[in-house]
Order: sequence, then C-alpha cells, then structure tokens
Amino acid sequence: MITYIFRRLFGLLPMLFGITLISFMVIKLAPGKPVMLQYSLNPKISLDEIKRLEKIEGFDKPLYVQYFNWLGNLSRFNFGRSISDGRFVMDKIVERLPVTLSINILSLFLIFLIAVPWGVRSALKQGSTFDRVSTLVMFLLFAAPTFWLALLLMQLFCIQFGWLPISGITALDFEHFNWWQKVFDIGRHLFLPVLVSALAGFAGICRYMRSNMIEALQQPYIYTARAKGLSENKIIYKHALRNALLPIVTILGLSLPGLLGGSIIFESIFAIPGIGRLFYEAAMMRDINLIMAEIILVAVLTMLGNLIADVLYAYVDPRIRYKK
Amino acid sequence: MVASFIFLSAILVADFALAKDISNKDYGDAIVGASIADARTLVPILASDGASSEICGMIFNGLVKYDKDINLVGDLADSWEITNDGLVIIFHLRKNVRWHDGFPFTARDVEFTFQKLIDPNVKTPYSGDFERVKSLEVVDDYILKVTYKEPFVPALSSWGMAIIPKHLLEKEDLNTTKFSRHPIGTGPYKFKSWKTQEKIELEANPDYFEHKPFIGRYISRVIPDESTIFLELQTQGVDSSGISPLQYTRQTDTPFFKKHYRKFRLPSFSYLYLGYNLRDAKFSDKRVRQALNYAVDKDEIIKIVLLGLGKVATGPYLPGTFAYNESVLPASFNPDRARELLKEAGWIDLNNDGWLEKDGKRFEFTILTNQGNEERLKVAQIIQRRLKEVGIKVNVRVVEWSVFLTEFIEKRKFETVLLGWSLPREPDNYDIWHSSKTGEGQFNFVGYKNAEIDDLLTQGRRTFDQEKRKVFYQKAHEILYDDQPYMFIYVPDGLSILHNRFEGIVPAPIGIGYNFIDWWVPKAKQKYK
Repeated sequence: MITYIFRRLFGLLPMLFGITLISFMVIKLAPGKPVMLQYSLNPKISLDEIKRLEKIEGFDKPLYVQYFNWLGNLSRFNFGRSISDGRFVMDKIVERLPVTLSINILSLFLIFLIAVPWGVRSALKQGSTFDRVSTLVMFLLFAAPTFWLALLLMQLFCIQFGWLPISGITALDFEHFNWWQKVFDIGRHLFLPVLVSALAGFAGICRYMRSNMIEALQQPYIYTARAKGLSENKIIYKHALRNALLPIVTILGLSLPGLLGGSIIFESIFAIPGIGRLFYEAAMMRDINLIMAEIILVAVLTMLGNLIADVLYAYVDPRIRYKK
Repeated sequence: MVASFIFLSAILVADFALAKDISNKDYGDAIVGASIADARTLVPILASDGASSEICGMIFNGLVKYDKDINLVGDLADSWEITNDGLVIIFHLRKNVRWHDGFPFTARDVEFTFQKLIDPNVKTPYSGDFERVKSLEVVDDYILKVTYKEPFVPALSSWGMAIIPKHLLEKEDLNTTKFSRHPIGTGPYKFKSWKTQEKIELEANPDYFEHKPFIGRYISRVIPDESTIFLELQTQGVDSSGISPLQYTRQTDTPFFKKHYRKFRLPSFSYLYLGYNLRDAKFSDKRVRQALNYAVDKDEIIKIVLLGLGKVATGPYLPGTFAYNESVLPASFNPDRARELLKEAGWIDLNNDGWLEKDGKRFEFTILTNQGNEERLKVAQIIQRRLKEVGIKVNVRVVEWSVFLTEFIEKRKFETVLLGWSLPREPDNYDIWHSSKTGEGQFNFVGYKNAEIDDLLTQGRRTFDQEKRKVFYQKAHEILYDDQPYMFIYVPDGLSILHNRFEGIVPAPIGIGYNFIDWWVPKAKQKYK
C-alpha cells in the first residue's frame, strides 16, 4: 500500500510539470499585458513608462526565459510576488484561506448532514409524494442562480426581518466585542453565505444518494438478507446504506480542491474576502504569479484528492485491494 | 466609491440644506463608505487605482491642491513663486507640519519623493511630469527651488502628488515595502487598520495642520456587488455611496430614503464620445463627421440612457472651468441637414435600397465598445438606429477590455470606438489631441492632425497667465467641436447618496468632499463610537 501511494505520488510530478507549462503559455498568449491593464488608457502614463514597468517585472524577456525563471523559483517553493501590489503571492493566498475554508467546510458538512438522509428517505419511499416533492424542490434549488437566491434571502432576513447583517464577515465594532459576542457576530455574518452555498450543493448529493440507494436495494445480497429474515432496519442501514455510501467517498475526495476554490459570485454578493475573488481579480489583471499559484494549488489538490479517494476506496471496500 | 462622489466636482443640483454656521460642532462618529474594489497599495506614488488613491488622499498631502472653485492653492506649500518665464518654481513650505509619527515634515521629504518618482527602478507610473524637471534644490528646510527644462504649466498641478516620508522610506524598496499597508502621512486622517478585501479604517489626526477633523473615523468597506451596496443602504449599514441613474430617480424615491439620506447630483469629471478613425477614408471628410453629429440626437440618448441625468458634451474640457468655452453650443438634432451634408460629400442612395453609397460602396461601419458597460451598449444602439434613418448602416461590436486595448486600440484596427475620457481639472490635453501623439501606444489613436490645434495646445502648456491661457483652450474647444474628430456625446452626472446625520456639507464646483474635515454629526445623532 505504502509503495503504491509513493508510486502514485511520484507519477504526479510529470503531470504537474505539463500542467504548469500549458497554463503558463495559455495565460501569456491571452491578449492584454498585465502592466498595460493596470494603467489602461491613462494619458498621464506614456508608453515609455509602461515599457519601463514591464522591464522591472521582467516581462520584456522571451517567454521561455520567463517560464524557466518562474519554474526555478517554484522549485524553491517561491511563488513570487503579485504584480498588482508587490506582495508575496503566498501571503495573499494564506490571508484569504481561513474564511473560504470555513465557509466551504461548514457548507459541505451541512450538505452531507441533510442531503444523505434525505436521499436515503427518498429512495426508500420511491414514487411517494415525499419523493416527488423533494425531487421538485431539489431541481428548483439546483436550477436557482446563486446570486438570485442570495439577494432574495438578504431581502427577507436582513431587510424585512432585520435579523441578519447583509454583507461582510464582521461588524464594524468587532474589536470592541468580547469573545462570545465575536463568535455570535461571525455566526450571524456567515449564516447566509453558508446556507446559500449549501443550498446549491444539496441537490447533487441528494439525488446521487437516492439513486445509489435505489440501486443498492435491488442487489441480490439484499434479497439474501431479506431471505435470512434480517430486520428491515438492519437491511437498510447495514447492508444497503454502506454500499450506497461508497461512491460518496469519491465525491468527498474530489471536493478537496473545491474547498479552496471559493466562488466569485457569492463572495462578491456577500462581500466576503475569499479565495474566489482573489483569483478572479488576478485573472482579470493577468497577474501571472498569482494565477499560476492558484493553478498549481488546484492541480495538486485535485490530484491528491483523486489519490485519497482511491486509497480510501481500497480501505472501505474490501473487494478492491491494490496488488503490490 | 466614497471618493467618486466626495471628490467629484461641480454644481450641486439636488436637495440639501445649507449648513448652519455653528461654531460648537461635535467631534466623533464615523463615516462608512462602500467601494467596489479594495485598495492595492497605500504608497501614493505607486497607486493608480481609484480605491488606493481615495485612501491615500485622506492620509497624505501634496504641495498644492484644488480648492472648492477648482483653483490651485497651497497644501503643504504655503505659497510659491514662478520666475524665469516659468522655468523656476520656488515653493515655501508650511512650518508646523508633522508626520503622523511626530517627525517634522521638511523640504527633504519633497526632495526624497521627487527622487523616487524619477527612479527608474520604482514602479511608479507618474514619472512623466517629473522627468521635465532639470533640477530640484533644497534651499533650506522650508524652501524648495524646482527648475524645469522648459516652461510647463501642468507642472504646478503635478505637485499635487502626495509627499512621502523620507525618514521612514529611505532604506526601503518602495516596490515591496511594508509601508504600503501601514502608511504614515501628514494628512487629516491616520491609518488605523486594513483587512484585505474587507475594510480600511482611518482615524482623525488630532495634530492635523488645518485642524482636527470632526468625524472621528473614516471606514471604507469593500463591497464588490452594487446590488449589495444598495441593500446595505436600506439598512443604513453604509453612509455614502455612488448610485446609478435608476437608483437616483426611482429606487431611492421612497419615504425611507427621504428620511435618512440626502442625494447629490453633480456633473462628473468625464465625457463619453464616439471616436472616428480618421485614417479611414469614410471619416476623413469633415462634412461627414458633422453630418453624423446632426443625425444623432444627444438629448434623446441622455433621456434614455441616463434618465436625463447628464449634459450634452461639446468638447474635451470640464464644464464650469476657465478652459471651457460656453459659447460652443451643441448642434441641434437635424437629420435633414445631415442628409444634405452627406450628399455634398458624395454619399447618395443610388439604388434606392435605403443605404447611402459612394463609389459603389455602401456607407457602413462598426461601433466598437468594451464589455461590461451597459450604458455604452445602449448608446451604441441608439446611434445605430438614428444613423439608419439617414441611410448609414451601423454594426455594434462589444469586446472584452484587454482585447479591446491590445487588439483594436493599440493596433488602430477600428472604424469608430465608443469610449470615455476623464476630464482632469488641469485642461492640458496635449497627449490626446496633438499630432505628434498618434504613434504606437499614444493616446491620439484616432489620428487627429490639425496644425492650429497643435499650436494652441503647445502655447497652452507654456503660458502661466490664466487669462492668456484661457484664450488658447477656448479656441481649441471651438475648433474641436467644429472639426468633430469625435462625436462628443455626454457628460454624465455623478450621482451619490449620503446619510443625513452629517452636517457641514457645502457643495461647490469641485464637489462636496473638499471640506470633509469640517463635516460633523451632532452628539445626539452619532451612530458609532
């Protein structure tokens, strides 16, 4: 098992190299030079100045030189500095991580907490009114645009009822609060963002769980279990549910990069200083170091997520064992 | 966004109550503004985005500034003399100024700022104006002598550049210094905290050389979504913000907003235009350009796109300033006159298909504009419809901003562009209109060449006497409107809203923010600690 993991990890390196090469070239080929975008159409800023600024950033060098310089820095775990403000890319990312991570973990938790039992129930009562209504609700949630849902909920909870703050993650007088007021304040601010990001995720997991469960319930071993005279609870929760949960492990693994992904839409609407906005702005500004750092981050996490899912699978499913 | 209304200038049209002259104003409270983008750096000589400049403006001072009537007055400089026919400016600095850390401000700081501005390794975009300086000499701690290579009037306003502290930055690399997130200035507000993409908080500087500002804290929140800002206004979570024409006329026309907010309407410092590529044979004939101007109803555009909140533009100068020529009146909407002029220029509908032709080619062109600007798209569509009526086929093409710049503007690959320019307080627009500025990466991208304009603009930037200078710019204004290198469309109004607990606001041509340190909130109405 250990050698398998190492072999897989080692195999990731060439893939990572390929990813960086392609994405670097794609970004560089995109129209719009970063320095020019920053000072676009300002008559006070002449072409000479743009060229001087590009030289400071090293953008005047040939593309392959830029790439290998960047790769050289990366091999020393140096992601470079952001061109928009000269700060280290890593500092900028780390600063945004806590809020994005906490919202995503909370909403993922909420999704599984509600969607799994809901899906199971739908499967058990397949075709019932409950199943049909929940199918409808799930599809509606799935189809509703996040921004629209967010604005409606804000209108309701924040303006009509006045229970919750509209945007941001802390109140303006946050510093003067004691610890429990701080916790309460953050909770109030995060309630809607977590809810909205969870609502959009419910549908997928719930429907997935439902179909897995339906499939599991039709397997021969369920007939065997029934024939043995096991109680219905034992059949459903021990035999069917365990098997139906297996693919969820894969989904969990694949949601690893998503945890850091953030979402530009709801982060903008709720004015949350998260990762999504950071990278959106980086892309708009052609802030190459920041974009590349994100690509590496997401690529590594996706590959690790895959690996973790595979390993976990082997662990939870005795039928799959990797040959040494 | 606070800045977008505070520092926007001009005449207030909307409802407001004249501030009573009360000598016992109360200190305290905070003002909460909303900005759609976070600041990037608080090193003022590197900052080029609106959010950074706004915060820097509260923390730092330049040597000069614009007063409420858009005249240059002293800021860190007490006074100045211009000698040797405009080649030398001698600044006399204020003597009682201290940096926020208590260190005295002297001419050495100005010298240091200047050295950084012209240092090729500093990522400042503002070196252009300062490279004209031949020498800068510190006569004593409070007298500074600046010698120019040639007389250059905009030089004086360029000293509105914020001065940075030598004692703190001397050993720092400005491009990467931590100062950019913990600035120390001389201004009315001191830096307190910056939570990235969340808020920047400033507090009143009790030792400010004019006087301590009455409002205790200045908080700029980052709220990227405009509809969220509007929801925040509805819960009074934000005190000030720019608003759209629709929000101004309809959505804030409610008892709630009337009770808690005041609205301001001030001509903004910008104009919208349709620029013709004058290298294109279609547009090289002045009669054609004039015809297009007659064929498009600018009042209609303003009525539809801005809901009436704007003014027809007649030239590239700020209305109400000395350079603006009041006698240049917008051409009336006159499709018949347009058809006549087009006929004179040889554009006739020979085959009766509804479109004009000349030399066997139909009169057809594309209006190019940038993505993400609904107003411009609507303007383009209205122009399209009006020109169809005189027999010109117009296509509208919307392109992403960076592609727009690199593939079309830079390569001059366009027929017409629908774009806006800002209207700076200093009228010198040599870079946009002079015939020497049509080269690669330069701003006369329409390729306008007129010897008379060249001459007027050259004289305008060399003549310090405002009465004489006025003549050059007013003449240029007249010629540019007659020549129509652009179809000048409108100067939109800057619309903003402010919570009505703030008192002491006295609107003036420059806007309302010029006396921000005199704004105050009566104790009973104060909202924040």
